[in-house]
Amino acid sequence: MSYLGVNHDKCILCGVCVDSCPFGALKITGKLEVLDSCRLCKVCIKVCPEKALSVAEGSLTKSDLSSYRNVLVFAEQRDGELAGVVFELIGKGRELADKLGEQLNVVLLGHKTESMVEQLSKYPVDSIFVYDHQELTYYRPQPYASALEDLISHIKPSIFLIGATHVGRSLAPRIATRLRTGLTADCTVIDVKPNGELVQIRPAFGGNVMAQIVTPNHRPQFATVRPKVMQAAELAPSHPTQVIYRELEPEKLLSNISFLSIEPKPKETSITEADILICVGRGLRKAEDLAIVEELAEKLGGMVAVTRPLVEAGWAPQTRQVGLSGRTVRPKLFIACGVSGAIQMVAGMSGSEYIIAINKDKNAPIFEVAHLGLVGDMYEILPALVEELGRTLTKSKESR
Amino acid sequence: MRIIVCIKQVPDTTEVAIDEEKGVLRREGVDSRMNPYDLYALETALRIKEQIGAEVIVLSMGPKQAEDVIKQAYYMGADSGYLLSDRKFAGADTLATAYTLALGVKKIGDFDLIITGMQTTDGDTAQVGPAVAEFLNLPHISYVKEIQKVAEDQLIVKTDMQDAIETQKVVLPALITVAKEIYQPRLISYKLKLRAKDRNICVWSYSDLVEVKGLLNDETEFFGLTGSPTQVERIFAPTRNSTKEIWEDQPDVLAEKAISKLKELKIL
Repeated sequence: MSYLGVNHDKCILCGVCVDSCPFGALKITGKLEVLDSCRLCKVCIKVCPEKALSVAEGSLTKSDLSSYRNVLVFAEQRDGELAGVVFELIGKGRELADKLGEQLNVVLLGHKTESMVEQLSKYPVDSIFVYDHQELTYYRPQPYASALEDLISHIKPSIFLIGATHVGRSLAPRIATRLRTGLTADCTVIDVKPNGELVQIRPAFGGNVMAQIVTPNHRPQFATVRPKVMQAAELAPSHPTQVIYRELEPEKLLSNISFLSIEPKPKETSITEADILICVGRGLRKAEDLAIVEELAEKLGGMVAVTRPLVEAGWAPQTRQVGLSGRTVRPKLFIACGVSGAIQMVAGMSGSEYIIAINKDKNAPIFEVAHLGLVGDMYEILPALVEELGRTLTKSKESR
Repeated sequence: MRIIVCIKQVPDTTEVAIDEEKGVLRREGVDSRMNPYDLYALETALRIKEQIGAEVIVLSMGPKQAEDVIKQAYYMGADSGYLLSDRKFAGADTLATAYTLALGVKKIGDFDLIITGMQTTDGDTAQVGPAVAEFLNLPHISYVKEIQKVAEDQLIVKTDMQDAIETQKVVLPALITVAKEIYQPRLISYKLKLRAKDRNICVWSYSDLVEVKGLLNDETEFFGLTGSPTQVERIFAPTRNSTKEIWEDQPDVLAEKAISKLKELKIL
């Protein structure tokens, strides 16, 4: 088992480690002694000038690393439609495979999969492995894990990527545990070292800390990847793609979970849950003008929020109010239109990931919290944004 | 019904500082609390107890001071608590954590339902719940947002699958991880606090768990740092989006530039 090992031949009893230990777990009594309060934080290992300290290895069985090759990507689907993150995983997976001189393969689980297979084969994928069973129509952890276990033991990928969606974050730990390999959650940066080791970088502590994680002795190296972070793959119709159908024994498709109903999720009804918020303030001249803001929100797939004066004027319900006396929000995108940026309001939105402020007054305090400030009249900029979005959205649809 | 709720003690803030020189987290002087998501798991168990009767058992892994969160669970209404604590469990990744918890569950013995929070606020992985289910060969449902019906042998729940709400029936025993919408967690009860003041917490160490490891049908041990397949190579502070830009131009130019900026940042 894991413990702090001391190489007494190297140790010069300088005591640097004793002073550095946050737990008071080291003591010099003729020789260096490790007490029970050691929590393996490894601070002492870093400060030891003689490199006399190390974490002693336990008895972990190492997979035969060299027998694992190639990158595998999970093609999540619902109702015959592939999740957006799949194309991002293909983009990243292709890049990793090319760096290593290996193949990129995709696994698809579902039922009536023909059109999805056809769609996937237009991307730069070497092989598509398909399990098409009625029991795999919707995600259930055990049958899905069994299918992936079957494939992984067959093709032995060195790297396996799954989107960090609700399905991915439920399925990935299941299959990683079954294979007794490591899993890194919700990665935002993925790369490979020349020796094939996967570098996985992810936020922890609500994004206040970034951790770089490796899986040195186990395969596959397994990560879930946050959606909308990686660049989606470009179409590559001339890339040859092989399609391989595999079957699972009926007993592996059994589950104690059954579906009673599946309903499309109703639109977000609370501004605290929206990914995109368009917040309008006193710059709005009359209640009817909210329509312009609504239009932009609809185009962006977001919701409209307001500041306190608009609630007081009765133009919007209090549930839409951002700020100390309203709701605290942390959307991915917060667009403040005609909002001055009073401190009580800013307190409710400063945690947003990206803030755009639109205001006529270039000295407005809102520009101090904004990542991007657009100086101008919201009555001119909002319609321009709607128009621009209309243009680019049709463009991206055509390229699909 | 016997319900096991897995809980974890986490730092009381996500505003943690990094010691840049040593590349480790500065945890000194940071208070601890129960992982906020676990409050929802415990609340769910207590509601089931009130509805059909149940014994609510809390289980945690951590240093000795994690007894505090088990006591807190007692003050909210949990019946008994177990802490898995040993130097050998330290430095565990999600696989090793789930392995250790699964052995704790095996040693506790009979149960019908395991409930965990959706994720923790320190690791944010959401992996330990499903991994415990896999070690125990149980079905699991993640992101449960509503308990529709509970009986001794089955559970009907609504779960949030992002683009759909699924109503699922699961035959017990099973594991669920619960989302915040499920119930509003209760506060500590002063009455329960008085009653549970001296209630025992059972602490199990490495030697207690290694006795039952055969129950997971795996000879390999996955305890602590060396039982963890993943290794943290380094931790560092994120580069903040500190670039502030202010643009002045014609509305259509601003709109075009802003939209391409949002695309570049992959927000759109």
